[in-house]
Amino acid sequence: MRPLLLLAGLALALLPLWLLEGFHLFQLTQAVIMALAVLGLNIVTGYNGQISLGHGAFFAVGAYATAIPMSLLDWSFWATLPVSALICGAVGWGVGFPALRLGGLYLALTTFALAVAVPQILKHKAVEAWTGGVQGLFLLKPEAPEWLKLNPDQYMYLVALLVAGVCYLLTANLLRGRIGRAMMAVRDNPTAAEAMGMDLASIKTRTFAVSAIITGMAGSLSAAVVEFVAPDSFTFILSISLFVGMVVGGVGSILGSVFGGLFVLFVPNLAEAVSRSAPGVIYGAILILFLFVLPDGVAGLVRRLTTKKRVIPGREPS
Amino acid sequence: MDGFAHQLIAGIATGGIYASVALALVMIYQATHHVNFAQGEMATLSTFIALTMIQAGLPYWVAFFATLVVSFVIGALVERILMRPVQNAPVLTHVGVFIGMLLIISNATGWIFGHTTKAFPTPFQSDGLLFGGLVSAHELGSTAVTLAVLILVYLFFAHTSLGLAMRAAAYNPRSARLVGIRVGWMLALGWGLAAAIGSVAGMMVAPAVFLDPNMMLGILLYAFAGALLGGIDNPSGAVIGGFMVGVLENLAGAYVVGTELKLTVALVIIIGVLVVRPSGLFGRVVFSRV
Repeated sequence: MRPLLLLAGLALALLPLWLLEGFHLFQLTQAVIMALAVLGLNIVTGYNGQISLGHGAFFAVGAYATAIPMSLLDWSFWATLPVSALICGAVGWGVGFPALRLGGLYLALTTFALAVAVPQILKHKAVEAWTGGVQGLFLLKPEAPEWLKLNPDQYMYLVALLVAGVCYLLTANLLRGRIGRAMMAVRDNPTAAEAMGMDLASIKTRTFAVSAIITGMAGSLSAAVVEFVAPDSFTFILSISLFVGMVVGGVGSILGSVFGGLFVLFVPNLAEAVSRSAPGVIYGAILILFLFVLPDGVAGLVRRLTTKKRVIPGREPS
Repeated sequence: MDGFAHQLIAGIATGGIYASVALALVMIYQATHHVNFAQGEMATLSTFIALTMIQAGLPYWVAFFATLVVSFVIGALVERILMRPVQNAPVLTHVGVFIGMLLIISNATGWIFGHTTKAFPTPFQSDGLLFGGLVSAHELGSTAVTLAVLILVYLFFAHTSLGLAMRAAAYNPRSARLVGIRVGWMLALGWGLAAAIGSVAGMMVAPAVFLDPNMMLGILLYAFAGALLGGIDNPSGAVIGGFMVGVLENLAGAYVVGTELKLTVALVIIIGVLVVRPSGLFGRVVFSRV
């Protein structure tokens, strides 16, 4: 059943290559990227129970880690990915380490401060030679090999799908295994986890680093697809969008991250269509509505609709 | 040397603003163990309400106190309508609601009152600077107002039975309920008070930084840094921390990093405190046993 579902999903994901073109395919590429970014956030918040409001910062680090070598040193896109992963992991570890010593809200506020400070840091004179300051950096997207016979938009969609797909598979495996269970144990009952011999601080910081790497990969992709990075693309609004996407898609759900990515990309446009003057009001209202009515997000709704209710006598149906 | 003294005093004046927002944060933290991310936006909304009243022709102080009342009601309503239904939900839900409120309030403020930067009047008019050019009348006046608020809050919590009831409700809700304190209303009261204190901070800072829908974002971070520095569970520590952060920020901005990295200073202070002394300078060290 599982491999079949995966294959069907893959076919569904490949269809737009021929069905959509131009701007719509570009948008869908960005939705794939956002889904990857939301997945990164979901690892640390959904599976490890630590609230981050600053994942836009790791997105930015990933984007610059790809843009700087590509634009200034003429590296190929693929060569920048491992470098970007290393840098994002290091930054994630560095930010997580102090904040994880304390409970959820401290981490939320520290990461929030990080998200607010990032554009300022990127614009600063000391790093301007590398980041291009306010002007940002231009780069060229990787070109499709001859034999694929794809136009640039199609190729970028394929690249994004490939990178995101690999990250999703790796994450799913990680979460299913021993380490994933440890992450969830730390989330659900830290005292018991510690009593079982788990090193809380070490699991938390490592989870944070992994999560930063995944979101950083999304940033790398985004830099290549948009062919441009600038500090003002990475304001705290980006971090908040990722958070909202995660909540709406489904906290602690891999499938939910996909819905989250679609939400992050398409709902702001819808909100703007409903009310041109205050899209944020609608965005915020959707967030609060979901928290009140559907705290498991879209993925929770899907799960509820697709699983048959089994009533065990004397127990609530789950 | 004069330059230094001026920076120091300007730092104390802005520190007063941070101190009052930090106090509002700590009050909500003490009552509910939450940090309200939308505190700054609520204060900005209050300041816009005050500006509307002043422009409608009300005298400054009438508008000031009317804004306090309106802010109090808004804060209490937010607790009743938005926080009450999710009070037993996980922290993530609370943070989500705060973020939702932040989005709604900041957008609605921009929508209703416009996104342009506005000047906000100060009640402390004077020609030039006082005390040999060291301090402006507004800096002096706003510091005095902040200190007055802090003293009033202290008196309220330490010397009235309502303040005692609120502390009891926060410290041990179950026992408080058993002796007849209406814990739910105490929470609403705490939110209302915090909103009112935040509105004072907004009205005092607006003449200095000008009023726009995002005015309080940076201030909230500094206030949080102040609250952490002083100890998040200690109101007077938060106040001292707020003043210290104000001075640090001004001196660092003038002599070390320049104005472009001012927000990064807040981040550095937050991380620094968490690494070196997570309980803050005056906070209680909490041990948890496994």
